[in-house]
Amino acid sequence: MSHEHTSAHGAGHHGDGHGGHGDHGHLPFLAHHFDDPEQQFDSGKLGIWIFLVTEVLFFSGMFCAYSLYRSRNPEVFMFASQFLNEALGAFNTCVLLFSSLTMAWGVRCAQLRQKNGLVLCLALTLGCAAIFLGVKAVEYTHKWDIGLLPAGSYLAQPEVPVHHEGLSPWLINLSIVPGILLVAFAVWLVITFVKGDKRMSEIAGTLLATAACYFLGVFVGLKFQEAEASSSAHAAHEISVEHDGDTGSHEAGVTADEHAQGQPAESATSESANDHVSGTTGTEAPLKEIEAHLVSLDAPKVVPGAPLDAMVNQKGGAGLFFSIYYCMTGVHALHIIGGMVVMVWLLVRATKDQFHEQYFGPVDYVGLYWHLVDLIWIYLFPLLYLIK
Amino acid sequence: MPVWQLLAVFVALILLTALTVLQASLGLGNLELILSLIIATIKASLVILFFMHMIHEKPLNAIIFLSSFVFVALFIGFTLMDAAGYRDSLEYQQIDSTPPPAVEHAE
Amino acid sequence: MSAVAESPTHSHSQVTENYLFNTKGFLSWALTLDHKRIGLMYLVGVMSSFLVGGLLALLIRAELFTPGELFLNNKQFNQVFTLHGAVMVFLFIIPSVPAALGNFLVPVMLGAKDVAFPRLNLCSFYLWVGGAIFFLCALFYTGLDTGWTFYTPYSSSSEFGTMGPVVWATMGVFILGFSSIFTGLNFIVTINTMRPPGMAWFKMPLFLWATYSTSIIQVLATPVLGITVLLLAAERVLKIGIFDPHLNGDPVTYQHFFWFYSHPAVYIMILPGMGIISELMSVHSHKSIFGYRFIAYSSVAIAIFGFLVWGHHMFTAGMAEVTTVVFSALTFSVSIPSAIKVFNWLATMYKGTVYLNTPMCYALNFLFLFTIGGLTGLWLGALSTDRALHDTYFVVAHFHYVMMGGTLVAFVGGLFHWWPKMTGKMFNDLWGKISCLLVFIGFNMTFLPQFVLGSRGMPRRYARYLEEFQVLHQISTAGAFVLGAGLFVALGVLIHSLMRGRRAPNNPWGAATLEWQCTSPPPFYNFASAPSVTDPYDYLPLKYISEEEGWVYISPTKSTDPQAHPEIAKS
Repeated sequence: MSHEHTSAHGAGHHGDGHGGHGDHGHLPFLAHHFDDPEQQFDSGKLGIWIFLVTEVLFFSGMFCAYSLYRSRNPEVFMFASQFLNEALGAFNTCVLLFSSLTMAWGVRCAQLRQKNGLVLCLALTLGCAAIFLGVKAVEYTHKWDIGLLPAGSYLAQPEVPVHHEGLSPWLINLSIVPGILLVAFAVWLVITFVKGDKRMSEIAGTLLATAACYFLGVFVGLKFQEAEASSSAHAAHEISVEHDGDTGSHEAGVTADEHAQGQPAESATSESANDHVSGTTGTEAPLKEIEAHLVSLDAPKVVPGAPLDAMVNQKGGAGLFFSIYYCMTGVHALHIIGGMVVMVWLLVRATKDQFHEQYFGPVDYVGLYWHLVDLIWIYLFPLLYLIK
Repeated sequence: MPVWQLLAVFVALILLTALTVLQASLGLGNLELILSLIIATIKASLVILFFMHMIHEKPLNAIIFLSSFVFVALFIGFTLMDAAGYRDSLEYQQIDSTPPPAVEHAE
Repeated sequence: MSAVAESPTHSHSQVTENYLFNTKGFLSWALTLDHKRIGLMYLVGVMSSFLVGGLLALLIRAELFTPGELFLNNKQFNQVFTLHGAVMVFLFIIPSVPAALGNFLVPVMLGAKDVAFPRLNLCSFYLWVGGAIFFLCALFYTGLDTGWTFYTPYSSSSEFGTMGPVVWATMGVFILGFSSIFTGLNFIVTINTMRPPGMAWFKMPLFLWATYSTSIIQVLATPVLGITVLLLAAERVLKIGIFDPHLNGDPVTYQHFFWFYSHPAVYIMILPGMGIISELMSVHSHKSIFGYRFIAYSSVAIAIFGFLVWGHHMFTAGMAEVTTVVFSALTFSVSIPSAIKVFNWLATMYKGTVYLNTPMCYALNFLFLFTIGGLTGLWLGALSTDRALHDTYFVVAHFHYVMMGGTLVAFVGGLFHWWPKMTGKMFNDLWGKISCLLVFIGFNMTFLPQFVLGSRGMPRRYARYLEEFQVLHQISTAGAFVLGAGLFVALGVLIHSLMRGRRAPNNPWGAATLEWQCTSPPPFYNFASAPSVTDPYDYLPLKYISEEEGWVYISPTKSTDPQAHPEIAKS
């Protein structure tokens, strides 16, 4: 985490910045090689902006891969994007936007020396980040369960699904670390509370809440997933009923008459039968979705020069989409985790009341980084989830 | 940065998110991509200008940050231009579910 | 600001504290935040890497002495040239001038106490060390043989297992990339915010301009390398298929990704070398640099143009025809700023008082070799000739002329030039010149025949060749050993100076840039107070004082005033 180093030298620029060379002794936050706080703040600011430039270019590689394969096989992206849960994506977008708000507010608090406000803002930001990760964990594990994996492992045959009751084992595995952290923070909180160390229990409490937020995110994610599952099961049901009457619902790129050769009625009945069972087994419905799409994609595509539709749902088709999806969102999630680590460091410093009008640089720099992470998600959301 | 401004920006961002979800459900085809990119860019600009305080930022820092997008455009632009050029010579193939024949592994 | 207006009595014979000995012990070096010590540690690091890479090069040349197998089989040969390329590029050339000399010089030339982020600086050094160890272990242990470019589809083929050599090597490159990014970031911020009062942009020494341009490339291009190698590793571990034709991926895209970094990286390698030469030419000709602004602008221009031409590495890789034409045309644009520099260096020497000491000899060596390297680049940039010359020894010779004849020779020249400042010791000038001569002869013997080999169709990266190429290959091999001997002599001269060298004066060459105003070696804080900024190429106020054995400012008050020499200030 480079900016940690860069930001360690930051300083406020509202202060007595032009004090000259002699007054180092009065400013404990001023590094020895800077002349004044203003120079220190400007250096940190420039440094973090350049760091953001490197981040933008770092992500550009994946955006390049995305645009390349989307321009080459648009129908693959249309097909594969259906498996992403739009509602969860939108929810996560809002969560991240809110975290950006709290972060920006936190910078304001630091500038105004509102210690408690800053701690609260950082806690909220951390919580939002954890919720985001929790939701993401649900999304990921759900896909892994039904074989929507990167190209090499992509399971094009959805009729061999992984059946399981209750929670996905993947999800449980992913939650081990947050679970351990949750317990550890809880224990720490109790210890600090008993010791009466107010500052430490403030930190421990925030961390505990953050870890809890992860599970809140998981919970919300599962709820959304369930809702989506039942609604899409209904949708699949409706499609199969509808195309008897040849009034297929239109989806972009899929013409109505494709539904004509669609799903046999038996599957529709079996689905509706499943409906009652699959309240909790969220994996069932998307599978039907895949089947429904597989069938509906049998007909020739509207996109000229595009490959045959049967070739869309395969390792080298939808599998590539999921490769790109996992790379982009995975690297983004790593940035979220990195941001959280730095924010904990800020939190510790904030509880020590180290930030004030003259010295709020580190909060500002981390804020800039956090907004960039948000910024990237702002693009990822429509590009991955909203392809119709 | 006054609090009302932060809140206003946040509300605008949420509204734009709703808008982009809404327009995606309209089934606009290719227009959808362009629209969602425009909306995303508006959102990004709001974040950059207000949350990242670029309106109060030194011009140099703003130029440095924005120039990164020029280089991204250069990178993606040239690569896509080339890919479009040799696209016709590519064969889109059905990949067997069996992995490609595994040659002996490097020990 | 009169602190630096040294009278001749303020001499080096006074024992002053310096950065080498102000604190002692291993930890005082390992945990130092002093840019000079970090630079020195980098110097040791990159020189060791160069030794490794150089010995591997000799191994390759020795094997090629005969057309048949001498002591390396085909697989081993592939591994050796991969190691040679990877070590030289990632561990030596890229960090050589910016990280080693740059770290030492940038703050001192600016009259600053340190770089803007000293802890980040140390962090990037340890990233380099960690990355280098990781990388070397990975390469030696796993025997990677993809070449330093890790081209797909070979590197994504199932021959390398899931966690095979490609993954380890790319992780090493990833770490090294971060080291490079942080160094660049540090320098940009340092140069932007820490210039002393009076040092406007166009009062900076040209080495700083070159370093600044280099840093821009490092910051803009290296992240793309990061994501490229990350995706390549994911390709191996997760089988993401983006670059894998077995999964409808596109291997040409890998080359785009790779060269979007690696072509600008070529300028990361050569630009700092050009910066060194700009200093050396002016100082050792005792004449203000000719066309200061043009050299400064051309550095930035090279940095920017460098991003527009990466496709010329891929003319035969299956790019679309229209793209090859565009890239070929753009490639020629880079030759303009490079040529501007060469002409300006020549004009700097014209009617100057040229001192043919070791650094200057290396600078002249550079001028000759770099010009050949640059001009042969035009053949390779031209679409029609490149079709024939691609992947032949012509390419090998071309980039060795630029990378080695350019960067390495400039690096060694710069090392000789700033050696007295860094260590406080003078070296033996005669033996320095002998080393330069040996390098010159050996270098040309090694690589001139390779131009001929290439144009006659000898492909690169082959362990075996036809009998008819043997004579040229043997000349080349013999030259390589002469070259190696020359570099060992240079190393010997430098090491000898550490033990036996006489004390260096503050300003042995009569240079006017700020680093020569502090003692040799500089004190821990470089400058007690911000030094007075003078024109970096105004040699009029400097006079040689024989009891000092160095040059001293005689009329510093005059030189601080830019109005005093308007004609020089403007140049």
